[in-house]
Amino acid sequence: MSEREPVTMMDAATRLDYEFTAGVAMSKNLHGYEQGKFIGQRCPKCKKVYVPSRGSCPTDGLPTDEIVELPNTGTVTTYCVVNVPFAGQSIEIPYICGQILLDGANLSFMGLLQEIPIDEVRMGLRVEAVWVPPEELGPTLASVKYFRPNGEPDADYETYKEYL
Amino acid sequence: MADEVIYRSDHVLEYPFVRSVGPVIGAFLTGLRDGRVVGTRGSGGRVIVPPTEYDPETGEETSGVVEVGPEGTVTSWSWVPRPRPKHPLQTPFAWVLVRFDGADTSFLHVLPAAGPDEVSTGMRVRPEFAPEDERVGHVKDISHFVATGGAS
Ligand SMILES: [Zn+2]
Repeated sequence: MSEREPVTMMDAATRLDYEFTAGVAMSKNLHGYEQGKFIGQRCPKCKKVYVPSRGSCPTDGLPTDEIVELPNTGTVTTYCVVNVPFAGQSIEIPYICGQILLDGANLSFMGLLQEIPIDEVRMGLRVEAVWVPPEELGPTLASVKYFRPNGEPDADYETYKEYL
Repeated sequence: MADEVIYRSDHVLEYPFVRSVGPVIGAFLTGLRDGRVVGTRGSGGRVIVPPTEYDPETGEETSGVVEVGPEGTVTSWSWVPRPRPKHPLQTPFAWVLVRFDGADTSFLHVLPAAGPDEVSTGMRVRPEFAPEDERVGHVKDISHFVATGGAS
């Protein structure tokens, strides 16, 4: 018999190595970030604009070939105040994750909200993207540093209620 | 179109889990660390290796620590001619199910061999343990299985 303590714990580290290929549609979107632009795609049938687009409309199953450049402004449809620290966190807590619906888009995506006190963030808040300096732009959503209020009056709930 | 660049990147998903193993698996892993193979007794006295906390067939609680082996018999196997990077061996090997002497269930491990002709159901094998100072209470404390030359 062993004189050592019984085994009670086991290292069970898990690691999956992927090679991610963005594909045609997502690559156009990523290339847009490199130029400081939001690039989406429009469905030929339902006319919805997806940003980022996966290359086809999930409703109609049709290729979304039409490229659409979206503006720098949008609406916070919903948000979350992050107060809980976690491994790999790169931003000081508390911070705000917002769902941003760009003007003219039919799909919202997650963005960091800054330059506003946390207790003033609200659904319908009008925001604009703040990009990193031109020399730091890259094919990544990290090229958008954060979103900040653009001073416009809040959007009407009816205009974004489908995008929560 | 002007820019047909397709982006690609490496993406790693990693979880640094440490799990508590409980008293039953704990006894099994403690055994491996100490160079022994142990199971537990299930319904009707069936010896289950590796041990489970409940008999997988009846759901009854298992009991006791039962030493088995060290030799055993291959009950099934699958040949791996070209190991993948995360396989436990980087030379050709067989995944083998080994029923240790005294056990009623089989245990999955690896058996390196020159070719599939050297592996057969019914062949007799024994575990080759890692050096004692490298054993930590993990299934890899058994480095691999080797043939003893017998058959059953
Ligand atoms: Zn559509």
